[in-house]
Amino acid sequence: MAQWLTTQIGWLAEPEWQAVLLSLRVAFWAVLFSLPLGVLTAFALARWRFPGHGLVNALVHLPLVLPPVVTGYLLLLAFGTQGPIGRPLDELFGFRFAFEWTGAALACAIMGFPLMVRAMRLAFEMVDPRLEEAAATLGSRPFVVWLTVTLPLALPGIIAGLVLAFAKAMGEFGATITFVSNIPGRTQTIPSAIYAFLQVPGGEQSALRLILVSVAISVSAVLAAEILERRARRAGGLRR
Amino acid sequence: MSLDVAIERQQGAFTLECAFTAPAGITALFGVSGAGKTTVLKAIAGLVTPDSGHIRLGERTLFDAGAKINAPIHTRRIGYVFQDARLFPHLTVAGNLRYGARKSADVSAGDVETMAEFLGLHDKLRRKPSGLSGGEAQRVAIGRALMSKPSLLLMDEPLSGLDENRRTEVLGLIERLQEQTGVPILYVSHAKDEVVRLAETVVVLANGRVQQEGRPDLLLEPSSAGATSHLPARLVAKNASDGLSELSVPGGRLLVPQVDAPLGAQMSVGIASRDVIIARERPSGLSALNILPAVVAAIEEDAGDAGPSVRLVLMVGDAQIEATITRRSRQLLELAPGQSVYAIIKAVALGQTSGAVATVEI
Repeated sequence: MAQWLTTQIGWLAEPEWQAVLLSLRVAFWAVLFSLPLGVLTAFALARWRFPGHGLVNALVHLPLVLPPVVTGYLLLLAFGTQGPIGRPLDELFGFRFAFEWTGAALACAIMGFPLMVRAMRLAFEMVDPRLEEAAATLGSRPFVVWLTVTLPLALPGIIAGLVLAFAKAMGEFGATITFVSNIPGRTQTIPSAIYAFLQVPGGEQSALRLILVSVAISVSAVLAAEILERRARRAGGLRR
Repeated sequence: MSLDVAIERQQGAFTLECAFTAPAGITALFGVSGAGKTTVLKAIAGLVTPDSGHIRLGERTLFDAGAKINAPIHTRRIGYVFQDARLFPHLTVAGNLRYGARKSADVSAGDVETMAEFLGLHDKLRRKPSGLSGGEAQRVAIGRALMSKPSLLLMDEPLSGLDENRRTEVLGLIERLQEQTGVPILYVSHAKDEVVRLAETVVVLANGRVQQEGRPDLLLEPSSAGATSHLPARLVAKNASDGLSELSVPGGRLLVPQVDAPLGAQMSVGIASRDVIIARERPSGLSALNILPAVVAAIEEDAGDAGPSVRLVLMVGDAQIEATITRRSRQLLELAPGQSVYAIIKAVALGQTSGAVATVEI
C-alpha cells in the first residue's frame, strides 16, 4: 500500500515537508498556550456566576460564528506591526505575530478556543459538586479539592477539548491566511499549502500528498483521543 | 467532647430555628423528612452557613454569627457520612480510604489495611466504587470519614436505601466503631428502631424546631394503634436453673429467656401495644410471668369512632407504655385516667446495644 502510494504520487517534497512540520508546530503551541486559559474559562463559565458571564460566553464563541476571514482581519488590525497590541509588543520586546508562524499559532488558538471551552465546560458541569463537598469535609482546601476531585473527573472532557482544538488548528485556513498570509517555510501551513498548490498548474500531486498527510494526522489524533478518553473515563469510574 | 448548636436559618419559606447540645456517644437527630435534620448537619460541617447563632464543638467555636467566626469546611475536622455515600468514582476503595487520611502525613498502607479489615472489605480494596454494593459503599464512606480522624462524626441516614441485611451489617459497624474509637456521633434518622437501638440521646426535630430532647425512649410515646413502646432495661440476673434472665425496667422487673449479654448490660425492651393485657387487680392463677403495676395516664379513642379498639397510655414507673384493648373491655373494667391497674405483658422485643433485635414470647 505504502509502496503503491509512493510510486503513484511520490514521497513528500521539501516544501510539503515544511508545511507539515509548520502545521504541527503551530497546532502544538496553539493548544499548549490555550490549554490553561481554556480550562480556567471553561471552569469559570461552568461554575461561577459573575457579572458579565453572558458577555464572556459570547466573546468565547465569537470565532465560531464570525467568518474566519473577519477574525483574521481583526487580528491583523490588533496585532499588526502598527496595531494597538502588535506595535508595543514589537517595540518593547521585538516580538511579532503578523506574518510570522507565531501569528498562525495565535490565529489557530483563537479559532480553536470555542471548541476547546465548550467540551471542557460540559465536562466540568458533569462533575458532581457533592463529591467536592465530601472532599472538603475530609480536610482538603478548595484548590486541593479542585486538583484531586474536580480535575480528574473532568479529564475525559478536557482531553476531548484538547483534541478538538488540535484538529481545528491543523485545519484552520481563513483566519490564518488573512492574518499571516501564505509564505512558504514561514507561515504556510498544510491548508494554505494545499490551497497554493491547487492554484498552480501541475500542483495537484503535491496537494494530494498533503491531503493524505492531513487525513492521516486527523484520524490518528481522533483515535488517540478516543483511547485516552476511554482510559480516563475508566479511571474515573462509571459516569452518571 | 460535647456539641453545642444554636442556629437559625431561613430557607425560602422554611425556618430552621434549632438549639440543642449533644454529649459524647451517639446522639440521634430524629424527625420526618423535611424537618431540617440534614440542614443542621450541613451547618455543623460548614456546607451551609446559618443566618445567626453559634456552633461549638468542645472548646472550639466553629461558627458564631455575633463574633463573625465561620471556620472553613476543611479546617473543621468533622467527618460526614452522606446518605448517598459520595465515594470518589475515580479512586479505588483503598484510594478513597487514603483520601480520608490525606491530612495525616503518616498514614501507612497498614492503616488502610486495618481499616479495611475493620470494615470487612479487605478483599475489595482494589475495587472501584462502581463495583460495590450499597452496603459496601456505605461502609467505605464510614471508613473514609474515620480515616480523617474526625473529632465528630455526622451520619445522614446512612441506612436508607439499604435492604434489611445490609442495614443490620452497617448498624453493627456503627456500634463497633463508637465502642472502639469513642468518636462522638450525630446520627440523623427518621427510623425509630435505629434510633432506639443506637442512640443514647435523641433530639426530635419538627418543622425546623427542636420538639424534644432526651433519652431515646421519649420517642416511644403513643402515636398510632398497634404501636410499640420501648422501655430502657438493664440485665440484672441470669437464672441458670430455668433459663430465664431478669431485666430491671422502670416500674419493675421482666423475665425473658436467657439473654446472651453480661450482667449490667443496657438494653431496650419493645412492647407492642397488642401484647399488653390489662387487669384491675393483680391476677393470680395466670401463666404470664411479666406483670407490671401501672397507672392509666390517658385513654384515646380512635378518630372517627370507627374501630373496636381504644388506646391506653400507661405509666409504669417513670416510663410510658401503650396498650390496645377493645372498647368493650374498657367498659367492662370501667377504666378511667388515674386508675391503678396491672399490665400483663405477653411478649417483648429485646434490643441489645450489640446484637440483633429478637421478639420473645413469655
